[in-house]
Amino acid sequence: MRRLGAGVLVAFLLVPLLPLLLWAVAGDFRYPAVMPAFSDRGLRLLGEPAVRSAVGTSLLIALTVAVLATLIGAAAGRAIGLYAFPGRRGVQLLLLAPVIVPTLAVTLGIQVYFIRYGLADSVAGVVLVQLIPTVPYVSLVMAASFAGLDVDIEDAGRVLGAGPVRRLVHVTLPAVAPGLAVAALFAFLISWSEYILTLLIGGGTVRTLPLLLFALIGSADLTAAAALSLVIAAPPVLLVGLTARFLTGASPAVVGFGRL
Amino acid sequence: MALGVATRPSRLPRGLRVALLLAPALTVVVVLFGGGFVQAVAQSIGYQPFLPARGPSLDAYRTVWADPAVRASVGITLRVATVSTLAAAVLGVAAALFVRSLCRTRRAFAALLQVTLPLPHAVAALAMILLLSQSGALSRAVSTLGWVDAPVDFPVLTQDAFGWGIIASYVWKEAPFVAVVVLAALSSGVAELEDAARALGASAWQRLRHVLVPVLAPALGAASVLVFAFTLGSYEVPFLLGRPFPATLPVVAYQQFRDPDLAARPLAMAIAVLTTLLVGACAVAYLALSDRLRR
Repeated sequence: MRRLGAGVLVAFLLVPLLPLLLWAVAGDFRYPAVMPAFSDRGLRLLGEPAVRSAVGTSLLIALTVAVLATLIGAAAGRAIGLYAFPGRRGVQLLLLAPVIVPTLAVTLGIQVYFIRYGLADSVAGVVLVQLIPTVPYVSLVMAASFAGLDVDIEDAGRVLGAGPVRRLVHVTLPAVAPGLAVAALFAFLISWSEYILTLLIGGGTVRTLPLLLFALIGSADLTAAAALSLVIAAPPVLLVGLTARFLTGASPAVVGFGRL
Repeated sequence: MALGVATRPSRLPRGLRVALLLAPALTVVVVLFGGGFVQAVAQSIGYQPFLPARGPSLDAYRTVWADPAVRASVGITLRVATVSTLAAAVLGVAAALFVRSLCRTRRAFAALLQVTLPLPHAVAALAMILLLSQSGALSRAVSTLGWVDAPVDFPVLTQDAFGWGIIASYVWKEAPFVAVVVLAALSSGVAELEDAARALGASAWQRLRHVLVPVLAPALGAASVLVFAFTLGSYEVPFLLGRPFPATLPVVAYQQFRDPDLAARPLAMAIAVLTTLLVGACAVAYLALSDRLRR
């Protein structure tokens, strides 16, 4: 019985990945063949300039979004986690709204302004629009992280004569480092996977990996699409694998998985 | 959540410090997110930025209300979100309870649950196309058994009228998400509580009713609301795995937005506002319900 349950769970999680792996290395793979004639065409396509430039664009945007969202969100998280101030509950709800409400729906309304202020069709505009889903998320994760920070340690540092920079580097950062790492990781992943906001603001001229993937799926070149999927899927799976020990489901960080 | 609020001597007054810390994040949320919503509402009643003003009108909403195509879209959107959320909740709880019952292999399975979580939805959608389409892996596997002769004999599971392909893609991604959240709630000292209940003579049913369910419910509820909101408002999967008509609301909103005829713009915005209100109403209903249940 238990063995059956384990088998069903493993099959449910991993079987859908098999066709993806087979198609990525498929040459001739016509119905009703279950196994393809192997070919390296899909993997060779990954060396194409279009793919390489998409990897570069995706990395640039995702890293920039991760850094900006982490800085902005960590500041807000510190305020919410450490200080009692009037309207604190309201600020929390306000930051929760973009986690619930579909981002596409509200972004349609401001696309005109991106065009007007010269931000459309540019990397800067895409970075800016991707702050909408990432900043609230990082703020909430960091608020929980700072709520667990013992402010007495910071004060002890102050009393012992450490300046603001030394307190930050030696006291505060080590205390919130796990939360910070996870928040930055998810901001990166949300940006890395984002398609529709990039299309809407980047207008198709900012070509990230998801845009390329949609184009390949549309062109019905399943081998190329499957091979590119592996390139898109590898970094997230590796990064989450590396940070798994910080990702206990109890932390608000896992909410990020619901947004990917 | 206790707040470690210290009275800290500092050069900046506290109010100013809080304001400065919050300013960048609130700017993003209020200007981009709030501004986006206000703009969507304004443009849905006929306001057009940078163009000569016209009187406000509710024509777009009247059109949306009277359009059978939009009604079909509301139907498929709610159906896909509801079925996906229910299936992800049931399967997620089952997987969490199963993993919790393991001993030696528990850790390995808990890690395995996290394999599909970081995959982008577009990749999940492609995996489902390759698995479930009429010429996909499942159809080929069944044909080796001699059950179908050609792709046409295999049931239509992608780009289908019901939305099975969209649902499959969501459930594959979101059931592990629910499982991870529920598993975390279950691992916080519940076993000890259950042992105590057993020692005090509680039956299996009583243990479920008074120990497991109260621990599970908040985590499951929160995860389900997130899944529901996401599946209702997301674009990628329905675009790849659904039909162009009737499409889900976010897909229709984007279709209308791309229409070169500017007259379609208020329609696009009305549908965007409608989607936002649907998600908001469901989230508020959940909060009200969970408050009432807690009392």
